[in-house]
Amino acid sequence: MNTVFTRATWAVSAAALALTGLAAPAFAQRDPAYEAARQAGKIGEKPDGYLGVVGGGDAATKKMVDDLNIKRRALYAQKAQAANATLEEYAMTAGCLAIARTAPGEKYQTPDGNWQTRTSAPPVRDPRCP
Amino acid sequence: MNAGKLTNRASLSHKRRMRKARTVLVAMVGSGLAAGCISVTAPDKPIVIELNINIKQEVIYRLAPGAQNTIEENSDIF
Repeated sequence: MNTVFTRATWAVSAAALALTGLAAPAFAQRDPAYEAARQAGKIGEKPDGYLGVVGGGDAATKKMVDDLNIKRRALYAQKAQAANATLEEYAMTAGCLAIARTAPGEKYQTPDGNWQTRTSAPPVRDPRCP
Repeated sequence: MNAGKLTNRASLSHKRRMRKARTVLVAMVGSGLAAGCISVTAPDKPIVIELNINIKQEVIYRLAPGAQNTIEENSDIF
């Protein structure tokens, strides 16, 4: 009985530790270069849940977008598995939400592939978006 | 003798049925030919986001609350 209790206590404290550990990097700020590129309209949100380079784009911008998309993909994969969904389903859901939270002046891609500048009006999104 | 009669009668009706089936088949082929070929033309614009077409709205609605949290908790990459 004592052993069970000890084990349970350990499990609870381990869970608590894991939670605080996960919560630590949460609500982190965007990298200044990323924030600037978004505001300048060099980078936009795509309906598939990833970032895209608007227009030509320089090597540094492309590299930044690739890095961020790799991180996003890893995150989507992990969350999709936990939610019993496919990577594409989770990514598209995140894309819907990411486009919805773009600030006026930032770029986003419409379902037909055109880049639009976000205004105060609701963005043009896939009809399946929540 | 009796068995032969029965066999003959059976085969006769069978033949009749076969003939009917053949008529139906000919009619079907005939109408198929009359309708002509179905022409399929490729779209002049490339199809974008074809992969997402199978994603159901209900799945997106189910995932949305969790995805919203994911975005907020990882706002450095969103």
